[in-house]
Amino acid sequence: MNVSVVDYDAGNLRSVETALRFIGTPFSVTADPDTVASADAVIVPGVGEARAAMETVRRRGLDQALVSFFATGKPMLGICIGAQLVLERSEENDTECLGLVPGWVRRFESRDLKVPHMGWNTVRYDRASPGAFLFKGIPQDTSFYFVHSYYPEPEHREAVIARSRYGVDFAAAICRDNLVATQFHPEKSGEWGLTLLDNFVEA
Amino acid sequence: MFQKRVIVCLDVRAGQVTKGIKFKENVDIGDPVEMAAKYYRDGVDELVFYDITASSEKRGIMIDVVERVAERIFIPFAVGGGIGSLHDIRRVILAGAEKVSVNSQAVRKPEIISEGALKFGSQCIVLGMDVAADRDMPSGYRVVIDGGRTPTDLDALAWALDAERRGAGEIVLNSIDADGTRDGYDLTATRMISEAVGIPVVASGGAGTPEHLRAVLVEGRADAALVASMVHYGDYTVDSIKTDLNTAGVPIRLDHRKR
Repeated sequence: MNVSVVDYDAGNLRSVETALRFIGTPFSVTADPDTVASADAVIVPGVGEARAAMETVRRRGLDQALVSFFATGKPMLGICIGAQLVLERSEENDTECLGLVPGWVRRFESRDLKVPHMGWNTVRYDRASPGAFLFKGIPQDTSFYFVHSYYPEPEHREAVIARSRYGVDFAAAICRDNLVATQFHPEKSGEWGLTLLDNFVEA
Repeated sequence: MFQKRVIVCLDVRAGQVTKGIKFKENVDIGDPVEMAAKYYRDGVDELVFYDITASSEKRGIMIDVVERVAERIFIPFAVGGGIGSLHDIRRVILAGAEKVSVNSQAVRKPEIISEGALKFGSQCIVLGMDVAADRDMPSGYRVVIDGGRTPTDLDALAWALDAERRGAGEIVLNSIDADGTRDGYDLTATRMISEAVGIPVVASGGAGTPEHLRAVLVEGRADAALVASMVHYGDYTVDSIKTDLNTAGVPIRLDHRKR
């Protein structure tokens, strides 16, 4: 299987690369729309700011490539900002996103909590969700590493694979058809994070 | 449940981990990559590497360390020491670090915080600040730089708020007075800064027992606690510290081990 890791200048690609190498998955890092569109599986990683990320995605022609790839029905994984760009719109600088999953990206609004939500938080998944395969072999309420100020809020409940709590209950992992996405960083979540990545590439 | 973090700090000089008392008398204690791997297995939540190499020509050694660490451990880690430009930040990030910690250079050139946050995101830019108790300062603490050698005119609280405004995503607050003493963190300074800013604060300097961590995470309102000598010399393990914190009722990650 040829996994394409999409390069759109969004932060630390290196950590996703080393994690994939560690679990023994062949992959290539690419900014080329044609390579993305013809991949067997695609990972959209990244950290950073939504507007700048979407601008780079569009400038490189990756928006159409990702929409086309999604339509092929082949496996697609978004991570962190990659889990936000797949929704319709982000509150972060009022950014229009890819619209693969109906819904919005909201900001944590709480006077009592530090933002960004940075650190380890437990994740509870819905075993009945079609995206639950990501958590195969992973116990409920396992800790994963988060660093974000915004979170995905899909329009449909069934798009939520897993939830966490930080002031509010929020979607920690979402899915639609062949797309799964995690707000946390599996590549930085220790052994269980590697298990989750393995579950994606094995599926 | 959102958890408090235990962070291990490794001071690296010319490719070796060292530990000094009050920034002096450094002795080499091990290989940073092997030590990082051990702490990772032990369940540390995050790591920080400070490059205390004096000469700039040896900085390449640190990049090599960062690259080798990134291949072995799959938790976040930060790199600090000698970071003064966007170029320095990019080099460390490309080598595999999640965050960079800016300290003395940020005092001399505060734009590094805003420029770094704009280019790499706030989550990437950690302000490291060394403070010393000083009655002449409005908050009671003065910012000192150059590893504690040079006092500045900056008030600790004012500098923390300024750094947050400029886009820092986290603050590591190190007490010069407590550093290396193992007598406990400066709870007063930590609580003051942590309650004033809206970004996470990591307490540093003075850890000697798990109770010290509990105190700074609960009474000191810190989001994370940094340890070094406590674990470097084998008096405690990361696992034992975290188990004690959990027993004391502090929310902490203990599920790092696969069963």
